[in-house]
Amino acid sequence: MSDEMMEEDGVIKKFMFVNRKAPYGTIYALEGLEVVLISAAFEQDVSLAFVDDGVFELKKGQDTKALGQKNFSPTYRALEGYDIEKLYVERESMEARGLSEEDLLVDVQVVSAAEMADLMAEQDVVISF
Amino acid sequence: MKIGVLVSEGPYTHQASDTAYNFVKAALDKGHEIFRVFFYHDGVNNATRLTEPPRDDRNIVNRWSELAKEHKLDLVVCIAAAQRRGIMDENEAKRQGKDAHNIAEGFRISGLGQLVEAGIQCDRLVTFGD
Repeated sequence: MSDEMMEEDGVIKKFMFVNRKAPYGTIYALEGLEVVLISAAFEQDVSLAFVDDGVFELKKGQDTKALGQKNFSPTYRALEGYDIEKLYVERESMEARGLSEEDLLVDVQVVSAAEMADLMAEQDVVISF
Repeated sequence: MKIGVLVSEGPYTHQASDTAYNFVKAALDKGHEIFRVFFYHDGVNNATRLTEPPRDDRNIVNRWSELAKEHKLDLVVCIAAAQRRGIMDENEAKRQGKDAHNIAEGFRISGLGQLVEAGIQCDRLVTFGD
């Protein structure tokens, strides 16, 4: 019902999903990713930002066996298939955690905190997890 | 202005639901339209009618139900988040073979698309959470 309404409206907004939390320990990252995947069906201009501990969501080689939780990090690699290709990682957050671009499991654009602020200011809708 | 609201924390533990409630009331008083209030993450726990706080405390769930009735608010609980946390309506309880349901009056269970739709339709989407 709502899908049809969207198509009639033809509204395309800039949505940014801001990921701020580590992938495990709380459910925010996992449930945030569920919103991102649903948003793909609405043909909006979607981008993802990774700041603070959120940069850990993209860390290569996640092993959750000992946690007894599902490793959902492969889903970030599938985003391209949903036409979600704008992934921004804040340089300051990444470097403060001893990570570099080579440690991440997908191609991203690394931006400064100031650039990230500009990107956020451009958005119509910002939802953070 | 047409406003959508996202509540992403549970009642009592966190201030988010109280603040969202006060915000919605103030917005309505000023003549704004509340398109939808969407409950996600532990926010779905705002929708259980089994909530029974001490008598001298506010009843956060009933307060939402009353406001919904008064202003015909659309209070939507995310189905995936609700299933994880045991928030069920009658249909969902039947479908899942559960012996009880607990959704409070004025709330309905639906998908995450309702949140994205609120983002598209509203002039502002305002989040209350951590």
